Amino acid sequence: MDSKCSQLLPSVCTVLADSRQPVSDDTCLEKLLDWFKMLTNNGSGLLLLEENPCLTELILTVLRQEEPNPTILSFVLRLAGLLAASESSFQHLQQGEAVRMAFGEAGPLSSALWEDTSVRSGWVQGAHDMLQHPSAFRFLCDSGALDTIFTLQGDRSLFVASAANRLLACMLRFSVQSGHSCPLGTGDSEWPECARRIVSRLEESLRSHSASRANCSLKMLTTVFEQTQEAWTEVLWSSIDGTIKSLLEEESAQAGHSLVDLFLSMARSPVFSCHEGSLWQLVTLALKCLHPTQAGFLALGLLKLEECPQAVKTQGLRILLQPVACVARASSHSSELSGLLDQPPAEGASVESLLSSRSSCISLLCQSLAHLEEIQHLAHPPMDFPHNPLLHATVTVLRVCAGLAVPTCTLGATIGKILIGCSRVQRAALHLLGALSRWANRDVSPEETFDILLVYLRSPDASPTVLKTAFQVTLKWCLSFSETSGSTDGFPWHKQFLRDLMPLLQKRLCSPRWEVRDSTLEFLTLVMKHLKGQEWFRQALSSSEVMALAEGLLDDPESYVRASAVRALGQSSLIASAGSEVPGLDHNGSSNEDSVAARLLGILSSDSEGFPRRAVVGVFIDWLREGHPAARQDPEQFVSQVIQAVKGDLDWEVKVSGLELAGAFAAQCFHRFGFPECPYAADVSSAGEPARLPELLQVFSRVRLFDFLFGALGDCDRPVALKACEILTGVKGKIGTGCGLNEGQGLERQGNASLEEIWKMVAPCASGPLGGDRSRTIPQDPKRALLILEAVDLEELEGALGRSSDHLEKSPWSLLQDILSAGGAPEDNEADCY
Amino acid sequence: MKLYCLSGHPTLPCNVLKFKSTTIMLDCGLDMTSTLNFLPLPLVQSPRLSKLPGWVLKDGSTFLDKELKDCSGHVFVDSVPEFCLPEMELIDLSTVDVILISNYHCMMALPYITEHAGFTGTVYATEPTVQIGRLLMEELVNFIERVPKSQSASLWKNKEVQRLLPVPLKDAIEVATWRRCYSMQEVNSALSKIQLVGYSQKIELFGAVQVSPLSSGYVLGSSNWIIQSHYEKVSYVSGSSLLTTHPQPMDQASLKNSDVLILTGLTQIPTANPDGMVGEFCSNLAMTVRNGGNVLVPCYPSGVIYDLLECLYQYIDSAGLSNVPFYFISPVANSSLEFSQIFAEWLCHNKQTKVYLPEPPFPHAELIQTNKLKHYPSIHGDFSNDFKQPCVVFTGHPSLRFGDVVHFMELWGKSSLNTVIFTEPDFSYLDALGPYQPLAMKCVYCPIDTRLNFIQVSKLLKEVQPLHVVCPEQYTQPPPTQSHRTDLMVDCLPPPMSYHRAEVLTLPFKRRYEKIEITPELADSLVPTEMKPGISLATVTAILHTKDNKHVLQLSPPPGDLPGKKRKRVTEDVPELRAIKPLLSGSIPMDQLVQTLEKHGFSDVKVEDTPKGHIVLFQDVETLIRIEEDSTHIMCESDEALRVKLQDLVLKFLQKF
Repeated sequence: MDSKCSQLLPSVCTVLADSRQPVSDDTCLEKLLDWFKMLTNNGSGLLLLEENPCLTELILTVLRQEEPNPTILSFVLRLAGLLAASESSFQHLQQGEAVRMAFGEAGPLSSALWEDTSVRSGWVQGAHDMLQHPSAFRFLCDSGALDTIFTLQGDRSLFVASAANRLLACMLRFSVQSGHSCPLGTGDSEWPECARRIVSRLEESLRSHSASRANCSLKMLTTVFEQTQEAWTEVLWSSIDGTIKSLLEEESAQAGHSLVDLFLSMARSPVFSCHEGSLWQLVTLALKCLHPTQAGFLALGLLKLEECPQAVKTQGLRILLQPVACVARASSHSSELSGLLDQPPAEGASVESLLSSRSSCISLLCQSLAHLEEIQHLAHPPMDFPHNPLLHATVTVLRVCAGLAVPTCTLGATIGKILIGCSRVQRAALHLLGALSRWANRDVSPEETFDILLVYLRSPDASPTVLKTAFQVTLKWCLSFSETSGSTDGFPWHKQFLRDLMPLLQKRLCSPRWEVRDSTLEFLTLVMKHLKGQEWFRQALSSSEVMALAEGLLDDPESYVRASAVRALGQSSLIASAGSEVPGLDHNGSSNEDSVAARLLGILSSDSEGFPRRAVVGVFIDWLREGHPAARQDPEQFVSQVIQAVKGDLDWEVKVSGLELAGAFAAQCFHRFGFPECPYAADVSSAGEPARLPELLQVFSRVRLFDFLFGALGDCDRPVALKACEILTGVKGKIGTGCGLNEGQGLERQGNASLEEIWKMVAPCASGPLGGDRSRTIPQDPKRALLILEAVDLEELEGALGRSSDHLEKSPWSLLQDILSAGGAPEDNEADCY
Repeated sequence: MKLYCLSGHPTLPCNVLKFKSTTIMLDCGLDMTSTLNFLPLPLVQSPRLSKLPGWVLKDGSTFLDKELKDCSGHVFVDSVPEFCLPEMELIDLSTVDVILISNYHCMMALPYITEHAGFTGTVYATEPTVQIGRLLMEELVNFIERVPKSQSASLWKNKEVQRLLPVPLKDAIEVATWRRCYSMQEVNSALSKIQLVGYSQKIELFGAVQVSPLSSGYVLGSSNWIIQSHYEKVSYVSGSSLLTTHPQPMDQASLKNSDVLILTGLTQIPTANPDGMVGEFCSNLAMTVRNGGNVLVPCYPSGVIYDLLECLYQYIDSAGLSNVPFYFISPVANSSLEFSQIFAEWLCHNKQTKVYLPEPPFPHAELIQTNKLKHYPSIHGDFSNDFKQPCVVFTGHPSLRFGDVVHFMELWGKSSLNTVIFTEPDFSYLDALGPYQPLAMKCVYCPIDTRLNFIQVSKLLKEVQPLHVVCPEQYTQPPPTQSHRTDLMVDCLPPPMSYHRAEVLTLPFKRRYEKIEITPELADSLVPTEMKPGISLATVTAILHTKDNKHVLQLSPPPGDLPGKKRKRVTEDVPELRAIKPLLSGSIPMDQLVQTLEKHGFSDVKVEDTPKGHIVLFQDVETLIRIEEDSTHIMCESDEALRVKLQDLVLKFLQKF
């Protein structure tokens, strides 16, 4: 604790201990506790108490008050718990009876204030914080806290009940650990008294036929198994597994969620990794007994585990596949479903009945589809996963949702009525379809996948979100197959698909809904980016009017669409510049690229919205990096134009992007003029040649790079200044190593200067937005720029800029001040609330 | 209660309801799909159509080659188009008391009914229905009359000949009853029989039933109808919409508690969502125009066109189509656009509020002001001077058999740059395009039907809970082309009763009560006796006066006022008053009855229980008393004294009043 805070703390404690002064803002108290927690985290609780006796005084004063403020009492209980978390500080506090007064039988437990939820909550949390060492455990045991905790388990406040549960789990752990150093036997007598009482209470609750009590105990068990992975947990389990089994068989509906959490917490524990244990028998039983929704969560959790018996995983997978398989079988005769679920499981009937009801069908199916999607992303997917039948089943679900599937039974007709037009299921199924693209290979004919995607992309009724998802999935499948094919020709159906896709994109680009136009442009941009190397794609694009229509959208009334059109055009221009034929742009070599650049520059300088302008700078950065002719032929002119346009922009993101462009340009220049180890460029082939600083500075000067960077350094938007600072740091580092910058003179080093002071120094060199005379610029004297660069401590500046703007207000000193001022002038504080 | 179904077309209904003593016709839609079997009527001589070869039978017979023409394998009748009228023979239409019209699309057969079937009643419809209905009829008559055709084909209608024809002529129903279009004179005469009504206005029909139109949300002035007596309610739901378009929203609440709900006029394209279709319409229009092509939109002069113009108003600037001219060509284009702006009270709330600003409720006024939308009565005259391409043309008729659209089909059909976009759902677009094959222009089908779909119907029925639903048979099964879509049918409990053309339905519904009023004087004279707590009875002696289906109980005149010789001229006959017998009530306790009987000398009395009550048997087998819930019979073989004695004994147990 710094000295400023130490000085304030006694006054703060006095204010807090004064029961006449109400504390109107309890978030201050929470922040204070967080601060103390941080201070005591390294075990220096005793030192804190010794250096600040006011803390002990505060605790004792409040605990001695007859009618303390419940909020302050709760705070003090938690503070006492925090401070007593180490053995030494516990003893220190105990000397003054503070611990006994806080957590003993004579404390708040027996007062009328115990009725206040905040006091009970403070007591439980304090006790939990304190329970870090055996002394605290012994104290709690001896003071009869166990009965209190049992009562608090059923507290009317869920927060208190949940905290009591955690505390009880902690008590059990301490109890068992305090009794024996080696694993315990199963005999009752071997368990310490406290542990025996807890376990007996646990069993009683589990057998009580009360859902709330059973759930409470299951949550406590979950906490135990999550926190402790020691051998005694197995002993504990062996004493209750029979009870859990009965609970599962008789009352799984009420305790389903808690049972799932329990089983998963146990399955993650290495103690239960033995595949022969009763846990796995119960898990198998749970997969059968639980409601399909809960069983689904359990199955997903199990499939994510590496250490899980294969048979259980297989069963879990069947649970997840069941709803999808059921829908697919009710709506398709296809033989391609074989291998999905050849034999419907015995519990299939309950799934069927859930699928026949509108309310449960959609949620069950969405959950199942989402779980199956999640599995696709696992690093180790389940063995023998039926990817191809699942793909077919997913396509069937999508066909059902589109009203295309012919039901094979009454259930199919019922499901059809529920699912047709249901966008929730459509989205979930499309997401799964996208995830399944990971397994696309030559063995699978993607025809039906592409067919159903075309149906969704074509459907006039598809909601914009469904359409967007369909576009994303289409992209995944296109990429997946182009990677698989590895050839420039693609597969025949690829060509056919794109032939069908292009007119569809044209129509979508003319849609009256801006979201549709936007999604289409986004798709187009991405597909161009990823498939630009594929000749068949370029041909499909060139034989359509898509790009002409996309260019027309640069004038769209919706700014998002204009931004997407900018990106699409930028991408197509890149492809064109790479020597390929792209339509709609009247390719006349570089002159056309120049006209596109001019158009984009026009948008950058004149568009009233930020999104298109940001998109333009983003495109220019890509162009500069990838060598677009507009940037390659005369990079200085190109960058200079962009910088001039960006400099006066009011949107900070545009400026940050502009700075990124400047940084990229600087990196290219360093590389060009022989500066070694350039962090921006991959190729350092010229590293051996001597660096040509004067030439570099001439380039920077012509482009007015320093002008831009120094201007941005003083920008009122912190991210802009930070970015400029980062780039200047890079430049300084590079130039500093490349030549003798130390020759600089005339400006003193400004290490501890404030931002404002730095700006005053830098301003004459730049015409940025901050500072008195913004129109004023100085001649681009590179040497002067270097002098400034040398003089400014950029690292410190970067540190200052990196701190959040409210770092002062967040400091503990400020917090203590707040409490003091609030305590000193309670009326003013109330008025502040308005 | 009976329903006579005169039309088989679910969205162009014509039904007759016999309810109490009234005969009510519900709509008189005209099925115009019959015109698809005819060759188009070109405004200017079409070499292509005039050169079509005559149709030759398989055996080489050419006797039909003047009447039937072959166009790319399809056969068409070369004659003035004819319409399939509602069934005229099922019921004597001269007995129809009133005709209730739901919307302007459902009144196109009115002149045939009112002018040629002996109809003498009244037609009820809202003002926009009549005005816009008149425009539709006027346009139809104009389209057909301005291209006079001398030839009238009738040979093909011969049943023997029809059997030899190819599909669809072979399967055309009741071709013998198909009629040419009516004249303007007949239209005017028919419309003169219409009486205007407002929403929720109650119209008494002969005192027997009350009819009332409710807003149906489909088109300007469209209505559903409530037909009710004091104890019965029939709802007639015709074209209705729950979408937020230009008309007043649908009044659903008033349809509640119906005994019978007759459901017609659902969407014809249940799989096409109108919003999605409008999007498709705009996208295809923009694509075509940007590629330098023209867009043709065959449409009616009123209805969806207002919504389309409103969408385009919002869309054209964003799509860069500001300089593309929009033409609306119809003999009634001007009237239609202007009428739409003056029916403020029939419009949705948003549009109504605009009127108070004051602004025109529809933005097409601005399109006209800024010259983006131009309207012309026909392609002749000013239009030919102003015409610029590429452009968008809205014109009729959606069947593509008559009207200016025929000219544009001939003009633009050869270029693949052009597009025809079908938005009206009444005609199959493939059939409509039949006589224009081969066709190079692009065809896009964007049917925009805002009427209720099956999901909305299902919700509506759950909401209004009618006891019985009656609907066309088409709604009780999935569409023939999508037999797996069981979601595309009316689903309710009990299952709906279905009807088809020329069927008479006896509605599953019996009238049980009639309302009778009591005059205040008579009510004042009643002396109720409390029979049970809360239930009092009084005997009423009065004269039932019935006039105009209204029944009133009046105080009977005092005996002295009975008509005597002095009052011979009294016109109203007052019935003779009989002596009032007391009424009995209560139940007979069997044990006590038996005891009483025995006390009075009847020995060996036995009581037998029957399903309806008891039989008291006496020694004398000829004598018995049968006691049932609401009657008691004493039977004794011609022994009147014994009967009276037994009667007195039984009466002792009953109350008299």
